[in-house]
Amino acid sequence: MNAPVNPKKLIKGGLHDWEVVIGMEIHAQVTSRSKLFSGASTAFGAEPNDNVSLVDAAMPGMLPVINTECVAQAVRTGLGLKAKINLRSVFDRKNYFYPDLPQGYQISQYKDPIVGEGEVLVDLPDGESITVGIERLHLEQDAGKSLHDQAPNQSFVDLNRSGVALMEIVSRPDLRSSEEAKAYVTKLRTILRYLGTCDGDMEKGNLRADVNVSVRKPGDPLGTRCEIKNVNSIRFIGQAIETEARRQIAIIEDGGTISQETRLFDPGKGETRSMRSKEEAHDYRYFPDPDLLPLEFDQAYVDGLAAGLPELPDAKKARFVADFGLSAYDAGVLVAERASADFYEAVAKGRDGKVAANWVINELFGRLNKEGLGIDQSPVSADQLGSIIDLIGEGTISGKIAKDLFEIVWTEGGDPRAVVEIRGMKQVTDTGAIETAVDEIIAKNPDKVAQAKEKPTLLGWFVGQTMKATGGKANPAAVNALLKAKLGIE
Amino acid sequence: MSVDAQTVRRIAHLARIAVSEEDVAPLQGELNAILAFVEQLGAVDVSGVEPMTSVTPMRMKKREDVVTEGGRATDIVANAPETEDHYFLVPKVVE
Repeated sequence: MNAPVNPKKLIKGGLHDWEVVIGMEIHAQVTSRSKLFSGASTAFGAEPNDNVSLVDAAMPGMLPVINTECVAQAVRTGLGLKAKINLRSVFDRKNYFYPDLPQGYQISQYKDPIVGEGEVLVDLPDGESITVGIERLHLEQDAGKSLHDQAPNQSFVDLNRSGVALMEIVSRPDLRSSEEAKAYVTKLRTILRYLGTCDGDMEKGNLRADVNVSVRKPGDPLGTRCEIKNVNSIRFIGQAIETEARRQIAIIEDGGTISQETRLFDPGKGETRSMRSKEEAHDYRYFPDPDLLPLEFDQAYVDGLAAGLPELPDAKKARFVADFGLSAYDAGVLVAERASADFYEAVAKGRDGKVAANWVINELFGRLNKEGLGIDQSPVSADQLGSIIDLIGEGTISGKIAKDLFEIVWTEGGDPRAVVEIRGMKQVTDTGAIETAVDEIIAKNPDKVAQAKEKPTLLGWFVGQTMKATGGKANPAAVNALLKAKLGIE
Repeated sequence: MSVDAQTVRRIAHLARIAVSEEDVAPLQGELNAILAFVEQLGAVDVSGVEPMTSVTPMRMKKREDVVTEGGRATDIVANAPETEDHYFLVPKVVE
C-alpha cells in the first residue's frame, strides 16, 4: 500500500501532483448450469421469469440448498489467485430493499468468506510488473434485472438472474493509475477464463467492477474514497477513474473536502454523479443466514480441485519463454487467451518457436484483429499455418511468397503445400534460371555495375531487381551469392 | 444497550414499516425491554465455547449442479398485483 511513488503515475493538479489510489471489487458470475441455491438455469437470454424457481422468487417457506459446483468454482478461483482457502465459511444476509431483490436480502458472505488473502501478478504495457493484493473472495447471489425504459411510470422486473452465483473478488488498494486498474481487470479476467470459473463476458454483465477511488499528496495517508458502482467495460473503468480522480482533485484544490459516497459513471457525459438513494441503504444489518449451516469441507477436497487446475497464464508464459525462447512480451501476448496459447503451441510443436510466434502474432493476430475475428474463428488453422512455416524452413518458398500464400489460404483455404504446387509458387533455386535473370539486369545497368564496385550497398538494389524479375520466387541466398560473384563484391 | 427515538424511526424505515409519530415512544419502550431481556445473556460466561450453529450435528445440505426447475413464469408472477409479458411491474425505480 505504501510502495514507492512512481512520479510517472501522478496526476498533475493546479497546485501540485496527486497520487490516485484505487481498489476494486469485481463481481464475476460463476460458470455453472444452475443457480447458487436453486435448481433454476443460469442460461442467458431466456424469456422473462422463465429461469426462476420458487426459491429465487422468495416464495414463503422455500429453503436455499447450495450448489456444490459453485463452491468448487470459488475454490478453484481462490487457488488461481494463490489465496488462502477457508475450510469453513459462513453465509450471511445482507438486508436492503429493491424491487429486483424479492427476498429483501442478498445471501452473501461477510465475516467468514470462502477465500482469504491472495495476489495477482499484473504486467503493465511498459513491461513493468506489479503485484496486486487480493483481500478476499466470497460467494453471493446476484439480483434480478429491472428494465426502466418499457413504460413511463413503471419498471419491469425479470428475476432470471436472481440467485445466480457471483464471486465478489476484493482487491487491496494497491493500484495507482487507471492503466494499472485496467491491466489488473484484464489479468483477472484472463485467470478466470483459464480456470473456466467465469466466462468474463463484460457485455452480458458477467464481469463488472465497483471501483474505489481516492487521491492524496504522495506520502500522505489515504484520502476519502468514492465508490463508482457497476462499471461494465475495461475502457470505462479507465475513463471512470480518470474522471473521478480529476473531480476529487478539483474539489480539494478549491479548498473543499470529499464526502464518501457511491457514484455512477456516465460514459455518455463523461462524468460521475452521486447515487444518493444508495446512501442510507448502506446499513445492511448483516447477520448469519439461519437457513444455511456453515459451509465446510476438508483439505483433501481442496487438494483434489488443485490437482485438476489447468496451467495458468503466469506458468504458461514462463514456460513459453523457457522452452520456445520467446521474449516476455511475445509470451504475454500469446497467453492472454487460453485459445491463443493453445493455437500457438499447436503451430510451434516440432518447429522453431520464435518463427511460429512471429507468424501467429504478426500475421495471424494482425489479420484477425483487422477483421474483428476471435482466434476460434480463424480461417487459417494451426495445421495450415504450420505447413506454411515448414515450406519456408525447407526453402520451398521465400518469406515474401509465404505472406502471399498466407493470404490465399486465409481467403480460399486449402492445403498450403498443394497451393504452392498448383500455383507454381515454389522458390527458384535452380541457379541457371536465376543466373539468366541476373545477367540480364547486369547487362541493362552498366552504370550501376560500375558504381557497385565502389559502393557495395548497391547490392540491395540488384537483389530487388532480380526478385522482381523472378516474381519473388528466387531463393534470396542464391541471388545474393550470384550477384556478389558477378559484381565482384566481397 | 438501548435505542433512542431516532433509532426507532430509522429501524422502521429500513424495514419499510410505517410507524406513526405517536407509536415511536411506545415502540422505543418495547424494544428497550427486549434488549434488556437479551442483555441478561451477557451474564453467562461463554469464553472457550464454540458458537452453536445447529442443535443437531448436521452438515450443510448440498445439491448437484443440475437444472431441475424453471419454465413456470406464469406461476412465478401469479401473485403480482401487476404484470406484463411475464414481467413483474413495479412503480418506476431509476437512478
